[in-house]
Amino acid sequence: MSYVLLRHRDIPDINTLNVYKKNGGFEAFKKVVTKMKPGEVTDTVKASGLRGRGGAGFPTGVKWSFIDNKIWPHYVVANADESEPGTFKDREIMESNPFQFLEGVAIASYAVGANAAYVYLRGEFWQVAKFLDEKIAEMEEAGYLGEKLFGTDYSLHIYTHLGAGAYICGEETAMLESIEGKRGMPRIRPPFPAVYGLYGKPTVVNNVETLTNLPMILANGADWYKNMGTPDSAGVKVFSLSGRIRKPGNYELPFGTTFRQLIYEHGGGVLDGRPVKAIMPAGASSSFIVADEKVLDMQMDYATVRTLGADLGSASVIVIDDTVSIDWIINKTIHFFKHESCGKCTPCREGTYWMMHLIEDIRDDKHSTANVDLLLNVARQMQNKCLCPLGEFSTMAVVTGIERFPQDFKESNKQVLTEPA
Amino acid sequence: MSLAKKYPKEVKQILAKYPPEHKRSAVMPLLYLAQREGGYITKEAMQDIADTLEISVTDVGAVVGFYTLYHDKKEGKYRMQVCTDLPCALRGADQFMETLCANLGIKVGETTPDGLITLEAVTCLAACDKAPMFQIQSAEGIEYHEDMTVDKTMELIETLKKANVEVK
Amino acid sequence: MTKQVTLTIDGKQVTVPDGMLVVDAAKEVGIDIPVFCYHPKMEPVGMCRQCLVEIGRPMMDRATGKPILDDKGAPKLQFLPKLETACTNPVSDGMVVYTQSEKAKAGQKANLEFLLTSHPLDCPICDKGGECPLQNLTMAHGPGKSRFLYDEKMHLAKNVPLGDLIFLDQERCIQCARCIRFQDEVAGDAVLGFDERGRSTQIVSLSDPGFDSVFSGNTTDICPVGALTTADFRFGARPWELSSSASICSQCPVGCNITFNTRREAMSDGRIVIKRVMPRQNEEVNEIWICDKGRFAYHYAESEKRLSKPLVRKDGKLSRVSWDAAARAAGEAIAKAKKDLVVLASGRLSNEDLFNLKSLADQMEGKAVLYTHMGGGDLVSLVGVGQGTNFGSMGEGSTIVVVASDLYEEAPIWYLRVKQAAQRGATLIVANPRETKLDRFASFVIRYSYGDEVKTVHDLTKKGKIGDAFVKAENAVILFGSDGLGLDGSTALATACARVLSDTEHIGKPNNGLIGVWPRANDQGAWEIGFRPEENLAGALKGKTVYVVGADPAGDNPALAKALNGAEFVVAQDLLETETTKLADIVLPVQAYTEREGTFTSGERRVQRFYPAVPALDGTKPDFAVTSQVAKEAGVILEGTSASVVFDIMAEDVKSFAGLNYARLAEVKPQWPIVGRGDLYYGGTTYENKHGLGAWLSSAAGRSEKFTLPRVQKVEELRPKEKKLLAVPVTKLYDRGVTVESAKLLNQRIGEAFIALHPSAAEQFGVEAGERVKLSLDGVSEDVVVKIDETISTGVVLVPRSMGLPISAPTEASLKVAKKVAVR
Ligand SMILES: Cc1cc2nc3c(=O)[nH]c(=O)nc-3n(C[C@H](O)[C@H](O)[C@H](O)COP(=O)(O)O)c2cc1C
Ligand code: SF4
Ligand code: FES
Repeated sequence: MSYVLLRHRDIPDINTLNVYKKNGGFEAFKKVVTKMKPGEVTDTVKASGLRGRGGAGFPTGVKWSFIDNKIWPHYVVANADESEPGTFKDREIMESNPFQFLEGVAIASYAVGANAAYVYLRGEFWQVAKFLDEKIAEMEEAGYLGEKLFGTDYSLHIYTHLGAGAYICGEETAMLESIEGKRGMPRIRPPFPAVYGLYGKPTVVNNVETLTNLPMILANGADWYKNMGTPDSAGVKVFSLSGRIRKPGNYELPFGTTFRQLIYEHGGGVLDGRPVKAIMPAGASSSFIVADEKVLDMQMDYATVRTLGADLGSASVIVIDDTVSIDWIINKTIHFFKHESCGKCTPCREGTYWMMHLIEDIRDDKHSTANVDLLLNVARQMQNKCLCPLGEFSTMAVVTGIERFPQDFKESNKQVLTEPA
Repeated sequence: MSLAKKYPKEVKQILAKYPPEHKRSAVMPLLYLAQREGGYITKEAMQDIADTLEISVTDVGAVVGFYTLYHDKKEGKYRMQVCTDLPCALRGADQFMETLCANLGIKVGETTPDGLITLEAVTCLAACDKAPMFQIQSAEGIEYHEDMTVDKTMELIETLKKANVEVK
Repeated sequence: MTKQVTLTIDGKQVTVPDGMLVVDAAKEVGIDIPVFCYHPKMEPVGMCRQCLVEIGRPMMDRATGKPILDDKGAPKLQFLPKLETACTNPVSDGMVVYTQSEKAKAGQKANLEFLLTSHPLDCPICDKGGECPLQNLTMAHGPGKSRFLYDEKMHLAKNVPLGDLIFLDQERCIQCARCIRFQDEVAGDAVLGFDERGRSTQIVSLSDPGFDSVFSGNTTDICPVGALTTADFRFGARPWELSSSASICSQCPVGCNITFNTRREAMSDGRIVIKRVMPRQNEEVNEIWICDKGRFAYHYAESEKRLSKPLVRKDGKLSRVSWDAAARAAGEAIAKAKKDLVVLASGRLSNEDLFNLKSLADQMEGKAVLYTHMGGGDLVSLVGVGQGTNFGSMGEGSTIVVVASDLYEEAPIWYLRVKQAAQRGATLIVANPRETKLDRFASFVIRYSYGDEVKTVHDLTKKGKIGDAFVKAENAVILFGSDGLGLDGSTALATACARVLSDTEHIGKPNNGLIGVWPRANDQGAWEIGFRPEENLAGALKGKTVYVVGADPAGDNPALAKALNGAEFVVAQDLLETETTKLADIVLPVQAYTEREGTFTSGERRVQRFYPAVPALDGTKPDFAVTSQVAKEAGVILEGTSASVVFDIMAEDVKSFAGLNYARLAEVKPQWPIVGRGDLYYGGTTYENKHGLGAWLSSAAGRSEKFTLPRVQKVEELRPKEKKLLAVPVTKLYDRGVTVESAKLLNQRIGEAFIALHPSAAEQFGVEAGERVKLSLDGVSEDVVVKIDETISTGVVLVPRSMGLPISAPTEASLKVAKKVAVR
């Protein structure tokens, strides 16, 4: 099988304009601008079954169709914030297959009638942003961006915008605030960005990987894409595999690939040949999946993973073996969310802080049952109350960790992470 | 000196990215530009940016305070920001950090006596498959260093030291 | 009219306008949903999460667009799995809200517990204790015992000065951002912000000086906890020890409704004293805001210079005498003077005081002169804004013109309300010879040269964008001031304004007409009663018997001191010892307005009552009573015991007051938003207005009388000689006027005397920004600091009024470098 997204692994130097062009680059964009109406592009994407790769899995074409056509101008924002612990796929795409991503941005922009698009990169992607700026300049030079493209009336400019170290800016409304030059604090939704987005104008926010699918979908047709993956989750996905695994890395596989295939066939199995104890399929925001033989044979797609009491999210699969105690893990995740809570809403700001104290006490005082109960209680008390999903995310590992691995929170638990190989 | 005087081309390019009626958007890139001076942002620089963008200096300061990659204090010339978040820690980042601290004789958050390195623990940097790893933030920008060992890191620090002596 | 929708909240049906938020709809039917971040005067942000409720919405059939019905034929409701915030969700038809269900109560309680994990719970020593929403809510629903270990609480700074007026207690702050949003959205001075993030989030101000806004005190009222306190009141008293009395601010022509909080105090020898000034709700005047000058400048009545005994000059020295003796001496002098009596009074006095003074002058056939530098109040009496005028209702369709006035400095609450009207869509035209803060919100900024005011106003009716915006506006209001103008200049300007309003039929109805931005709270009242200023005041005083009331001409201007010295006889009636009382033949001490009752007429011509807040200083009497006693000795009988009776007589006598009486002025009606009542979520304990919203004076246009407007008098243009500058007066909020100078806190904000020059003028005279120079005006010199202002014309020097240099009208000035000081 050849790659759809990580095409640089098939085609050397695809990050140069010439090579990209030789391999069909920009033909999809040219086709949509010169031969298709924006609505037709949206319909094709709808028909392809493409779902957002940023985490929520929302059907991309449907999202585009919510754009309010009574208010102008429109904007497209590419979400390159990639800050979920365990996620590192967008970076590889942008570094190695930049033109396909940018062409995707361009296609989305045409589809929703945007003449300006911003690529919001996390501040740490300083080098990537510089690199993309160069690629954007090359595209402008070659007439793929700018005024009156391909002799039509359609114009488009793409700009990069660097964040500066804030996970919450991956949340789409916080990201818009950040582009507007403010603190990255999420807005109340509704109104959703499709109605009230950047500068208060209708805006589509899509993940890098989502957008990078578009040139191939438009080139090969909706059916081609829909035939990959599962009926629920069409197409291919880049799985970021990390944790206690021999060969961590990005793996582009069709939806429906099993955990076992990913971990053993592609990832080379667990370090030291230990058994898989738990899987976090969506980074630090994940619920824990208790791994057993049956679970390992389950398919990775949105619907199936939900039956396991978790979400596939951005498919950043963190593998945990039996040398690792779950209380140690949630200590890490709680600290992460406490550090990243923007502080706008009470339950998240105070709750993550409280949970941090509790998990530290638990790990210091040999797991007093009272503190473990309180931690579980505080996490549950946060749920369904926060302004944005970050607060919710911070409770997932806590609640499912304590519920699904009670033995790791018993006073007898002495297990700590062993030295890695 | 104001940013517009010192970096006229850059400031112009930055402002051109955003609609003129929304020039406040330029605050983040301008802060990076200001940070080129010594790796941190002074109150004067904030005022300068506030004037350029016609917003209040408090609004500029509030942005500096929110984002972790902006600094309002002078610290080490190089900020060595080691990812100790979950995926990296599952691959030994905590031990890596501990050894590094021991070698440098400082604790996390501290600066080496020569003022060269400030050691910081940071959250996930999207390089989980290449742990242990860190980034170095300096006035010039940010650089990733992946698949690191303590030895390789100490070598890198030596190079940095030497380069700085030469510059001086 | 907006569409009405009907919904059910806790079983009660309520019909409200579409778009209203659930929290407000609940308020309408008496249900107080707890809130912290929500404030009805600001955009909802939904961030504190305290107002969690259950909301059910009727399910709709996609195909038919009709509600889906259950077995019983009632619409099926859909509830989200999450609780929702009542402060961000607008009402919709058929909505069902539960604010007290088990689930909603549990959510509110849980959120409260989160808030309290970081709160110091230091209510016993907190200034807000007793009027704190967080405290109230905790008492009502809070957890009895903290599950958060006290030792792990954040310990933060408790005395952070955000500026010299406002202090922050970081531990008490609950990060609701009300203060930040107030400064940004309402005040338009975005000088507060959050620093850091997450649990470390803290309020900061980086402005220089800190918290640089004249509206800063309001943040302490809307702070739902004791995190923000004023330097004035903090640690001063406990809210439950305070009594309240209704009053009107006397600092500017806006007429903000305020409450004086008082307490008997050992520290002050057991006297009852004012502890703080709080806004009192009047949605048509000040809503629930006041400016810092109004909040902090009340201390002048406690000044050491207070007069308490009548004085009569004997053998060249002023000595104490009885009231009877003093009144007799004054009465005799006045009786003797007859036509040569000049009553010189200022707009600091109440309507009642002024009316008695005017009656006395009339009976003696003397003159009643208004002590002011600004003219045109007689025109405002003809074409002043109509009854029901309310900046709060102006938006699209309304045009507001501000000419020759810097509202931020002269009438801060008008600034705030005009700005908000502009943001709601009103067309704002700001015409001024220099940049003012209001320019930012204007649709059109007109920059003219000093002297071109009249032409600028005439041009408002010319064809073009600006002309159309004015002429074709559904409603139009002009606010005129005296920036750079003296008496004749401002009179000409007022005439021009009155004419264009009249020509375009923008008079005699609500939200249309003329407003004067007067230097004093009751200048308009004085005009209505018949006081008129004198162009040549010094000349008018010479050889006369002068009864000076509530004014200090001798202190303001050496030329007037000279004129008074040359008067036949001077009776000075005042609160404080002044240069004028020092040279008077008789001195009569009066009560402060905080010690008595009376009424003021605002610039919008609203008459409002103030009430006694503290006991009068021994030996003093209210002005109208003193005048009555003096008049009696001169053979004139005037009411002297009851202010309300004086008012009744005035209502008989002065047409615009007809039909009004104290009872009318004390009437109240329900106001929106509801900020008083049982709950305190929206603020302090003093907002509720129980003592009167006041009433409008009628205008000639409003009474549909026939009147003719005078022609605009041409004002002679001053052309300074070479090497000289045209000095023009401007007004500063914090000046060296008596009220600010005696207020310790504001004193710090007065700053040095300064002048402003165009850069090229500065160059021509060889002076630089920050340099100290000597400015000479009419023979008086003063050291002042140079400021540069690129927005004024070149031959001009701006001189602030009441900052040491006597300037009431444009005049010639010369400039000399005094000594070089370091440029900042
Ligand atoms: C706290 C938080 C962090 C997020 N971080 C990211 C991120 O780093 N990258 C991303 O693409 N989406 C992120 N998302 C999801 C975005 O809000 C948004 O749903 C996504 O960009 C939409 O793109 P898609 O439809 O293509 O998935 C995050 C959401 C939340 C609530
Ligand atoms: S949930 Fe957390 S990150 Fe989201 S708004 Fe609330 S405080 Fe901010
Ligand atoms: S969230 Fe509704 S009042 Fe704060």
